[in-house]
Formats: sequence, C-alpha cells, structure tokens
Amino acid sequence: MITLLDARNVTKRFGGLTALSDVSLTIRKGEVYGLIGPNGAGKTTFFNVLTGAYVPDGGELVFNGTELPSGKPDQVVAAGIARTFQNIRLFRDMTALENVMAGHHIRSRANPLSILLQTRQAKEEERLITERAFELLRYVGIERFADTVSKNLSYGDQRRLEIARALATEPQLLALDEPAAGMNATETARLRELVQTIRHDGVTVLLIEHDVKLVMGLCDRLAVLDFGRKIAEDVPAVVQKNEAVIAAYLGGHGTAGAAA
Amino acid sequence: MNELALAIPWLGKRHPAAARWVVVAIALAAPLIAILFGKTWVRILDFAMLYVMLAIGLNLVVGFAGLLDLGYIAFYAVGAYTFAFLASPHFDIHLPFWIVLPLGAGFAALAGIILGLPTLRLRGDYLAIVTLGFGEIVRIFMNNLNHPINITNGPQGINMIDPLVILGWDISRPVKIGEDITINSLFLYYYVFLAFVVLSIILVQRLQISRVGRAWAAIRDDELAAKAIGINTRNMKLLAFSLGATFGGVAGGLFAAFQGFVSPESFSLMESIAVLTMIVFGGMGNLAGVIVGALALTALPEVLRHVAVPVQQAVFDRVILDPEVLRMLLLSLAMILMMLLRPSGMIPAYSRYSRPELVVGKAAGEAPK
Amino acid sequence: METLLQQTVNGLVVGSVYALVALGYTMVYGILGLINFAHGDILMVGALVALEAIRLLQLHAPELGLVPTLLAGLSVSVLVCMLLGYTIERTAYRRLRNAPRLAPLITAIGVSFLLQTIAMIIWGRNYHTFPQLVSTTPLEPVAGVFITPVQIAILVVSAVLMVALVLLVNKTRLGRAMRATAENHKVASLMGVDTNKIIAATFVIGSGLAAVAGVMFSSNYGIAHYAMGFMPGLKAFTAAVLGGIGNLGGAMLGGLVLGLVESIGAGYIEDLSFGFLNSSYQDIFAFIILGIVLIFRPTGLLGERVADRA
Repeated sequence: MITLLDARNVTKRFGGLTALSDVSLTIRKGEVYGLIGPNGAGKTTFFNVLTGAYVPDGGELVFNGTELPSGKPDQVVAAGIARTFQNIRLFRDMTALENVMAGHHIRSRANPLSILLQTRQAKEEERLITERAFELLRYVGIERFADTVSKNLSYGDQRRLEIARALATEPQLLALDEPAAGMNATETARLRELVQTIRHDGVTVLLIEHDVKLVMGLCDRLAVLDFGRKIAEDVPAVVQKNEAVIAAYLGGHGTAGAAA
Repeated sequence: MNELALAIPWLGKRHPAAARWVVVAIALAAPLIAILFGKTWVRILDFAMLYVMLAIGLNLVVGFAGLLDLGYIAFYAVGAYTFAFLASPHFDIHLPFWIVLPLGAGFAALAGIILGLPTLRLRGDYLAIVTLGFGEIVRIFMNNLNHPINITNGPQGINMIDPLVILGWDISRPVKIGEDITINSLFLYYYVFLAFVVLSIILVQRLQISRVGRAWAAIRDDELAAKAIGINTRNMKLLAFSLGATFGGVAGGLFAAFQGFVSPESFSLMESIAVLTMIVFGGMGNLAGVIVGALALTALPEVLRHVAVPVQQAVFDRVILDPEVLRMLLLSLAMILMMLLRPSGMIPAYSRYSRPELVVGKAAGEAPK
Repeated sequence: METLLQQTVNGLVVGSVYALVALGYTMVYGILGLINFAHGDILMVGALVALEAIRLLQLHAPELGLVPTLLAGLSVSVLVCMLLGYTIERTAYRRLRNAPRLAPLITAIGVSFLLQTIAMIIWGRNYHTFPQLVSTTPLEPVAGVFITPVQIAILVVSAVLMVALVLLVNKTRLGRAMRATAENHKVASLMGVDTNKIIAATFVIGSGLAAVAGVMFSSNYGIAHYAMGFMPGLKAFTAAVLGGIGNLGGAMLGGLVLGLVESIGAGYIEDLSFGFLNSSYQDIFAFIILGIVLIFRPTGLLGERVADRA
C-alpha cells in the first residue's frame, strides 16, 4: 500500500489549550479513512491544519512525498486535497452549475487578458469547464438542478453539491467534515453509496463523522482522537474493542456511543 | 446588452430580439430626443454616460467581488488629473489622447494596487473606512499641492484642458454639414462616450462569465469557502481593485477632456457615495441594474432641478430646496430605502457567471426552480 | 519646548472630544459589529440644536446667566440627540440586524448623508458663529502654556462623563446586560436580557455623549456647520480602532493619543517634510494612523477582541 498522507507529530495550541498534541497518522492511497472522537477531541482542528486554514505549532504533513505548505489553503488544494465543511458553505448566489465551475478555478488557466480578448483557448477552456461541471453534477446526482441558485437547494442536495464542488478541484484526497450531519436515514444511505463510488473511482477519502455506524461500515481504517491525542488507529473491528476508545466515549463526556 | 433587453418590462421576456433592438434604438436616439428639451439635456446625457462607466467600474469591485470601496472617486481623479497634466497649458504638455487616456488608466490601476496591497485583507467594513480615508487623502493633496511647488494648482484646478482629437478631428468643435446643419459637439461626445460604455459592458461581461468572475463571486459569497477550493483570494481581490480602478481612470480622462477643466471639488466623498448609490439603486452585481441605476440617478436630480425649482417658486415665492440639496436628499433616501425595502435593487434579475448553453442540449432554464 | 507643551495641552483638549465620540462608536461596534457611520453627524446635530436653543433662550430669557443658558442648551441638545439615536436604530438598523454584512454599513452611510442634508435644509450651508458662553480668552500662562476656560471645562466634563460611563458599564444592571449582549446576543437573550432594549440604550447613551462632544467642539472653535461632524466622526472612529474597537478604555486612550499626535504632528509637519507639507495636511494624520493600525495591529492598543465576522 502506498502512503498518501503522512502526518507526523502534528501539534496545535490555542493560547494555553493544546488542541492537537503529537498526532501522527497515515492515510493510504485508495482507502476510506475515518477520524472520530468525542466533541472537542480535535478532529476539526486537525482538518483545519491539514487544509491550510491553521498553521500548526509543531510537526509536519507529508502528502505524496512532499511537505504541505502550512497556512496556505490555495496551495494545499493545488497539491490535491479538497474539503467540505461541517456547516455547508456554498456560494449561495451562484447556481449549482456555477458552484462546481468555480471549483475548477485552480485547474484552469485562462488569464484576464485572454478572457478580455476571448482567445480561442479561453473559449475552449470555458466550454470544457462547463461540460465537466455538468458531468460532476450528474455524478453526484443533482444534474437536474444545474440552473438552480444554490441557496434554494434542499439540504441533502446542498451537501452533494459541496462534494461535487470539492471534486472539481481534482483532488487525490477528499476530506469530508461530518457529511451526514443533519441527514435522515435515506439521505445517509445515499451518501454512503456516493462515498463508495468516489473511492472506487480512485479518490482517497478522509471522513470525520459523528455517526459511528456510518464510519464503522464505510471506513477501511480509522483513528480515534481524544483530548487532542490519538488513542487508537486500526481497522474498525479492532478499534471498536479498544478499551481506551470505549472509555473515551463512555467516560463522562461521550455522546455518540462506541457501542453502536 | 441581453440583460438590459430582458429588463424591459413585458417586452423583454416575450420578444427578447425586439427588446434588444429597442435598447439599441434608445441608446442611439437618446441625444436626439434630449435636444428637444434643450442642449442642457444632451450635456446631462453625456455626464450620464460617464457615470455609467464609473458605476460599471465600481460594480466590479463592490457588486462582483464584494469589496466596499468608498474612495472610488479617487481613481476617477487620478485619470482626470493625469489627462490635465499631460494635455493642457498647465505644464505646457499636449500629448494626444490615445497616449494620455491609457496612461491615466494605468496610473489609476497602479493606485488601486498600491491601495489594495496592504488593505485587502481587512474585513469588509474596515476596508470601507480605509478606502474612504484614501479618497480623502487624495483630495487633500489635490487641494494643497500648489505649494511649495505648484503641481495641482490647488483648489482652482487646471483649466483649458485639450479636447478629444480623434484622428485629427477635434470633436469639441461643431460639425457643419452643408450650409445649415451643424452637429453640436455635445452629440459627438455622447457617441464617443457611448462607444466607451459599450466596450466597457462587453469587457465586464466577458470577465463576469469566466473563471475570474466566478472567483470574485465566490469570494463575495463566502471567502473561506473560496480559499478552500484553491482560489488565491488576495490576488483575485487585487485584480478586481485594479481593474475597477482602470475604468475609473478612463472615465476620469474623458471627463477632463469633455469638461475642459478639473478641480478637487469634482472628486468629493459625495461623488463616491453617489456612484455607490447608483449601483445599490439599480441592483448590485447586476450589470443591467447598475446601468439603469446610473442613468436614473443622474437624470432624476436634473428632472427635479427643472421641475421642483419652478414649482417652489410658484408656490412659496422662493426656493426652499435648491437643486444640490434635492440631489443629496434623493441619493441618501434612495440608499436607505433600497437597503431596507429592496436590497437587491430595482432590477434584481440574478447574475450569471456561466453559459450552460455552451454544452449542447443543456440550455439554462430547464430545471425546476 | 514651550510649543511642545502648548501642543500637548491643545492635543489633550481635542483628544477628549474625540474620546467621547469614540465611545459611541466603540459601544455600538462592540454590541452590533456595525460601524455607525452616522455617529459623527449626531455630533453635528448636537452642536446645531444647542446653538438654536441658546439663541432662543438669549432672545426670550436674556436675564438668564451665561452658564445656565449653556447648560439648558446642552440639555436640550442631549435629549434631541438621544431621541434621534433611538429613532435611527429603531427605524433603520434594527431591521437589518441579520442582513448581509454590507447592508447595515451602506444604510449607515445613507443615514449620515440624510442627516447632513436635513441639517443643510434647516441651517443652510453657512458657518454659524457659536455663542461663546464660556470664555475663550486664555488665562495667565502657566509655565508658558496658555489655556482657556472653555478648554478647562472640556477636560473636566469629559473626564466626569468617562468615569460615569465606566461606572455605568461595570457597576449597574444595565451595564451588565450591555456586556452580556456584546458577548453573545443569543445567550444574553436566553438569560432574560431584552437585547433590543439594551441595543437601543447603547445608541441612546452614545448619541448623548456625541451631543455633549458637539457642544464642546463648537464652544471651543466658535463655529457650527452642517458638515462639521464628518471629520471628527472619522477621527473618533480612528481613535476607537486605535484603542481597540469594542473596548471602552481603548476608545478613551485612542482619543487622547490621536489628539496628541495630531496636535503635535501639525506643529512639526513642516520641519518633518522639509517644508514640503504644511499644517493644512493635519487631517491626514488620522487616516495614516488608521491605516497603520488596521494593517499592523487590527486589535488596537488595548483590544483583545479579535473581531472576525468575515
């Protein structure tokens, strides 16, 4: 198995609080990797460090053999990591199609001059972006809403659109922050199918999730964070029996329940 | 153009092609209609065209990229003073307009970058105040740089600026056709300005429906998410700022040539606010709305001037609200009432950042709304 | 040296006026996250209303002494401005509390220009002489420094008002509710705080302070004018940012520092720029300070609140 992401001793402090302490984990190419833990365990902090939103206080993140720039979200996306947000963040006044087209930004070249002159390359690129955006909308199953302004989409469709937009950046690693939050059982089942399709098509998936059932069923391997430390990393069946994990979830501040 | 046509009530939706011709006909015939009411109205139309250019430029910054710039008129000033310095007896330099105008645009763009580099990472409301400060600084310098070396000629401004001379043809002189028909230069200026406006619309629309326009809209809608899809927000904002400034610079140069003199008075904060009100009134981010807003808010105060003043004289025997007060009253009320009652403007048709019809069989409008 | 001392005194006087106005900006910003652009124009309304009231009193009650006349004019102007502040919040800002971020700011700009226009309609475009009821003749110089009775009055009144405000915010129920609302609207309203009332109260208090500042400003310079609120308003905002917006102590400190920098800077700008710039550039100090603070230390001198409503 080839390692895609190698996080080494990542540490992040906020004032006196250590949100992440010496977290090391490796994500392999082609797997669905889960990151779970009770509220405040540091999952989202890890996400933000990984995607360049925060600068870590220690450690490094090696992606595809090269170190990721810290604190530079656009370069992280260029390197091949795309993310979604826990509370969906779409471009609300743009249509679904335009949201996905915006996602192509970093993989397109046209500069202001070629756009103003409408050179042949610029026109051709625009056509390709439009076409590819339609394909992605079809891929996540919301093609019929291409022309709908995104703020008018249903909750579940907004989630799908956000995934399509992330896929438009042509990532090798797709990081999903609690994608099933607020979804009903049917929607969650459809989401599970979508994640499996994405993985099947060669994109590695990092999944932060509260829905333990979803994580256990979907992930090849997973890590558990508690108080900013990694307390376990293994296949679901093993993690489920890990005593530290059970303690963390039942130890007074857990809500999700590892037994699920 | 299409958006303008669609904005025409009734006709726009039913017969878009016909509506388009209506827009073209109105644009071409406007000064001929205006002259029926007197030469002043043609002059007002000329100014309206300049305001349309300014509104298009500011809309790029505020409407597209979501950056509230309250010092936009400073770029207009840079363009105007560049023209005044390089084409007037003030320094006794008389360069042709096709050198001076691009230079003015370039300096304005440069000013935009200089202002933008340190300030664009500020939050929206702070940015607004800092740009306002920039506008005021520029004005203070225009007012005072007549000493110890006379650069701007202070509050008196610069006079006798060269008119536009296009291919050896001085358009500030009336054209005589035959014996008894003369075309006033106000008409000629109108058509020149109209050409610039049409060009601006084409260019801005190209930008809007492109990866650049989508990146701006993304930053405006959600900056964090824009970063998360790999947009270099700083560079894109800087681009919006400098391109917006370029439009201001060109409009400023045209203004200087048309008016023949420039002085700091024309570049007060009130003018920045006036242009902002135009785009708020018409519909921020929407090109058609912005154009209509600029036309409406240039024309309305003038209509009031010609109607309200005689009415007041007749009723009260004196003028209580002079035209300048009326204009300020109109603009400030327009700004407040639009924000409270109709924040998306008079023409709230939603903006487009893509052309789905590029892909065969995928015309827009099929999907349920 | 004497110039420096003199400029320091002048700077402190101007600075305390800025500080009073800055308090209004900072309170509203702390609670609503809104730059109340119209705040400087409240100062203008305060000065002009006081002027009108004093004129009427002098006409109809000439037997009243100078100080009672001034106090009466001041009270009328404070009341009018408080009502004005309340009305603006109630009719314009309250409806926009959850609107997209630029909407309230654009509205505030509109309100600012509307106030100026209305003032222009009522009082015209001319500068009005403001009656100097407290003497502006300098007293005997102390250590070579001249100070006028009106300047002393400004320093004393501002100090009293600032202390009163700090006590109000820290020691009273209203103050506690204000702090809670600034911290978090939702939580505060869950705890039983009527946040609408608190926000209105903030506008009322801020407007009252601005009215006092307006009267002091006009008493000191002897003039009043429909556009007089713009510059002090902008400078007071700068002062609020300089001190750390949302922070009361910061607004006071920022006001004084800005007043000093401006006053001392104006005295030396000619030497500093080798004769190129003169004191007519005094107004750019505020903008330059504003720019520098926002770029290098957006939290200001005292502020810890990292405002991040992006």
